[in-house]
Amino acid sequence: MEKKRTLRDNILSGILGILCIAWVYPIFMILFNSLKKETSISTGSAFQLPNSESFAGLANYVNALTSKGFLSALWYSLVITISSVVLILICCSMCAWFITRVNSKVSKALYYLFVFSMVVPFQMLMFTLSATADRLHLSSPYTICIIYLGFGAGLAVFMFCGFMKSIPITIEEAAMIDGCNPIQTFFLVVLPILKPTLISVGILETMWLWNDYLLPYLVLDRTKGYMTIPILIQYFRGSFGKVEMGPMMASIMMNIIPIIIVYLLCQKHIIKGVAAGAVKG
Amino acid sequence: MEKAIKRYWPVFVLPTLAAFIIGFVWPFIQGLYLSFCKFITIDKASFNGLKNYIFALTEADFLHAFWFTALFTVVSTVCINVAALAIALALTREIKGTNLFRSVYFMPNLIGGIVLGYIWNILLNCALTLMGKPLLSLHAPYGFIGLVILMCWQQIGYMMIIYIAGLQSIPNDYLEAARIDGATESQILWKVKLPNLMPSITICLFLSLTNGFKLFDQNLALTNGDPAHKTEMLALNIYQTFYGRSGPQWKGYGQAKAVLFCILVVAIGLIQLKATRSKEVQQ
Repeated sequence: MEKKRTLRDNILSGILGILCIAWVYPIFMILFNSLKKETSISTGSAFQLPNSESFAGLANYVNALTSKGFLSALWYSLVITISSVVLILICCSMCAWFITRVNSKVSKALYYLFVFSMVVPFQMLMFTLSATADRLHLSSPYTICIIYLGFGAGLAVFMFCGFMKSIPITIEEAAMIDGCNPIQTFFLVVLPILKPTLISVGILETMWLWNDYLLPYLVLDRTKGYMTIPILIQYFRGSFGKVEMGPMMASIMMNIIPIIIVYLLCQKHIIKGVAAGAVKG
Repeated sequence: MEKAIKRYWPVFVLPTLAAFIIGFVWPFIQGLYLSFCKFITIDKASFNGLKNYIFALTEADFLHAFWFTALFTVVSTVCINVAALAIALALTREIKGTNLFRSVYFMPNLIGGIVLGYIWNILLNCALTLMGKPLLSLHAPYGFIGLVILMCWQQIGYMMIIYIAGLQSIPNDYLEAARIDGATESQILWKVKLPNLMPSITICLFLSLTNGFKLFDQNLALTNGDPAHKTEMLALNIYQTFYGRSGPQWKGYGQAKAVLFCILVVAIGLIQLKATRSKEVQQ
């Protein structure tokens, strides 16, 4: 059905376009403020573009990169996000396959327990979870992924289960008859079919992990200097009497820029992933 | 086949299950138990009966946080879903720039709550200064409005994606049949599109309600509860009770509050899910 673009559609485009500018403006504002000199940043003048007097070039970025452990925070953020996402994807897809293919009371109970864990707010667990992590020596960036696997399992298992119900069981049975054991069947047959769901779950988990603040803040051992980027940004503001606005804005930009680059590169997958995640919900 | 898989349960289930017990089941049970105790560390807990709960339910700050959160959640849920649905309807009309608009509206979701909070803190404070009004952290109503704006800015894009997916899954036959029968645009919207969109609406309402109630990062970064706990939401209130005060009694109070909070969130989720599921069209 051919559709003619009417005047109404054009007006609609205009309105949405203006809204778009409103959507981008806050980030744009941080960008130009991060280029100002420390002394020129004040609450009253945040809307002013930098002029020749207040323009500081990349000084704030250099400042943030060199002085406040930004690079180590970036490294820890990367380590935590990547290790946790990989672990969650592998372990939870295996677990979900077991739950959907084994029809017993235990697997049903397990499923509902996972679903329940999705709804429970973090505040319910925060004290006991950080104490448990401490006791089991899981409070370093290299081991925190086990905590994340436990706490983040709910969503992943739920989404995998939802998708696996739609995979015809006959393919797996054929593989088994041909002599695969369950492990081979899973990795050689099920996992390739699961690829789109792996991407969707991976994206949702990455979005959560990269930005998570409270769990790493409480679990990570800060006496050893473990910090992620969100913790660092909060630290910029919280612990000093005077807020160092310049480096803070630069850090914010350096947190946002990688996200935007990744978003522009795999936008389709991200949007599909979100939509798929919702449909399964 | 089922038996063969069952034999391999240590490979398939054990890693996740072990982590799940460490990361969820055990802390959850311990948390439930501790909510009846007075404690500073977990080892030194003494049973305290229902005192923690009685305290939590009578504390003015906690009750204020509850009403504040409830009001915030209702307002933000309505704003987000109405706006997201409207945008989704506009973007499925194949107008110019659809892809660009969709990408831009979705973008704030990728940025974390702490960062979003600071961005809006700077922006709103500047706007308020220019208008000669008190800053965010000095006037509670502005804090509330600020939170709602921030939440809308972040969540509209996400819900919009879900609504667009829902709208696109409505078979075109339905719409054409309605048009041939002479239905007007608004009739098509109310009688065809919306009823078929109920599954998406269920999910979006559920997500925005629980997101609203669980909101923490944005609250911490935007207002941090100022002035005088007036813009403190439940999650932040619990956090402050745990870590913001010294004294042996506070952790117990905090844990009891957390249990109440948990029950509340789970109950809302269940009620809401049931209520909208019953309105879904059979397909």
